[in-house]
Amino acid sequence: MHPAFSVILLTTLIGVGQGLFLAIYTSQLYALARLLPMPDHQRFFALGSAIAVGFLALGLFASFFHLGRPGRAWRSAARWRTSWLSREVILLPALMVLVVAYGAIHYFGWTEPLFVVRGALPVDPSLIVGALATLAAFALFVATGMIYASLRFLREWATPLTIFNFLLLGGASGFTLAAAFAAWLGSGLTRFYGTWAVILTVAAAASRLASLYRNAHLQPKSTLQSAIGVRHPRIRQVTQGAMGPTFNNREFFHGASAKAVQTVRTFFLLAAFVIPVVLLATAYVLSSFWIPAAAFAVQYLGLVAERWYFFADARHPQNLYYQRVA
Amino acid sequence: MTQLALVIDLNVCVGCHACVTSCKEWNTSGWAGPLADFSPYGPDPHGTFFNRVQTFEVGEYPHTTVVHFPKSCLHCEEPPCVPVCPTGASYKREEDGIVLVDYDKCIGCKYCSWACPYGARELDEHQKVMKKCTLCVDRIYDESLPEAERKPACVLACPTNARLFGDVHDPYSQVSVAIREQGGYTLMPEWGTKPANHYLPRRRTELRIHADELIRADNPLKKEGVPPKPPKDQPTLDETTSW
Ligand code: SF4
Ligand code: SF4
Repeated sequence: MHPAFSVILLTTLIGVGQGLFLAIYTSQLYALARLLPMPDHQRFFALGSAIAVGFLALGLFASFFHLGRPGRAWRSAARWRTSWLSREVILLPALMVLVVAYGAIHYFGWTEPLFVVRGALPVDPSLIVGALATLAAFALFVATGMIYASLRFLREWATPLTIFNFLLLGGASGFTLAAAFAAWLGSGLTRFYGTWAVILTVAAAASRLASLYRNAHLQPKSTLQSAIGVRHPRIRQVTQGAMGPTFNNREFFHGASAKAVQTVRTFFLLAAFVIPVVLLATAYVLSSFWIPAAAFAVQYLGLVAERWYFFADARHPQNLYYQRVA
Repeated sequence: MTQLALVIDLNVCVGCHACVTSCKEWNTSGWAGPLADFSPYGPDPHGTFFNRVQTFEVGEYPHTTVVHFPKSCLHCEEPPCVPVCPTGASYKREEDGIVLVDYDKCIGCKYCSWACPYGARELDEHQKVMKKCTLCVDRIYDESLPEAERKPACVLACPTNARLFGDVHDPYSQVSVAIREQGGYTLMPEWGTKPANHYLPRRRTELRIHADELIRADNPLKKEGVPPKPPKDQPTLDETTSW
């Protein structure tokens, strides 16, 4: 498939936004359980939510460049019963609204407990809205993953690993950003987030390596024989029926050399997984804002490369019909 | 239920592209606006087509056959391109099974083209919406045309009659009979899309001649050589029986 930069940016940016929100909400849960001190409401929660919304909004903005007719984008919420794309289109703004509400509740300090469960768990509005936003964030990961995983004949994508990859890669980048954010605020949560970021990055690496392994051993189901229905081991296309470039040549081929694709894979394995883990480990010892920030920047670049490879890796069966211009 | 479809006889198609040009002509002049063309007379002409004729070579020289292969939307009975569309612009008509795109609703997200294993959809670079074969839905029901012309433009244009059009759910329609009696098949059956369009396979046209067809073993009309002389007590050849 041809890697479209609008989609690469959309999926990586919202992944960061979702992950960052989950990171922030996690620290609230930890603080409720008295495992961590409660971070500052205004600075930490409100600002953190604002950054998360910023990433989600950037992703949404990037997605418009994918559309031929962005002015009609509102129509895409219509078919949520059948289309995962439609579900994503609904979940993304819904998550943004919830995260804005979550940030606002903290910013304005509406955090008086509404009621207390069993005398131990004070439930305030931010806890409820945060729980809803968490649900929305997970659902959005599933929807984004299913957009690809539901295309059954794109076999490189049609696996549950696709969803795990989106979830874990997004989560890892969000927690890495949270570590940088905490270091910047000096809130003492850098190690907490750094630990989770490393755990998630390692889990994401495992899941991504599993899908790389799986895809490297996939046998294509469709062949030239089944594509034109002629039983002969040797069939060769003479012409695809068009001399000039076609939509089918542009949209379904990445056009890069095998070597370039391999280089991208090596780069993303290093930049998305290895280097961030090393940097995050360094951040354990040296308390500087720049180290986790660099970890995030490198990891984000790595994820952009990972997403590029994700598209380039997928071989669409229609390519069988577009082998030769003559 | 009706399911309109094309049946394309690969044994007859000569790869002349008449269907391609007539399709383009009809569909670029219709109510839905032009089919984009860029640099049509320039060095690198390209644009949107509903129908393409491809050519494949089967076998190894000298034992090769050339297969000309017209390819358009197959109007699948289980179209994977329809449920994925987020706007509902892509739909399959209940009444005749034609898969269509509502150009006024399509946002050009291209997701449906990813979901079609056959590469049958093309984004119109001019209107920025998804386009594909409509089975000439704007002509097959047009009562101002004579009945014989209420067929897709490609079917009417084909000089070798390689394209048949009709209802594949009616067991006695021309297309169903052709599929049944001439080994009609569908493309990429492995994905369960149940294409409505079918293809008729290449058939080797062979003339079988036996030796006794070259040299006449019998000679009922007394040609070439000595006429047979049956005994008198048997009926003569010129009367009723033969041996
Ligand atoms: S051939 Fe492709 S575009 Fe046409 S109905 Fe089937 S899946 Fe959809
Ligand atoms: S390109 Fe148009 S028809 Fe295709 S899925 Fe998107 S909105 Fe639907």
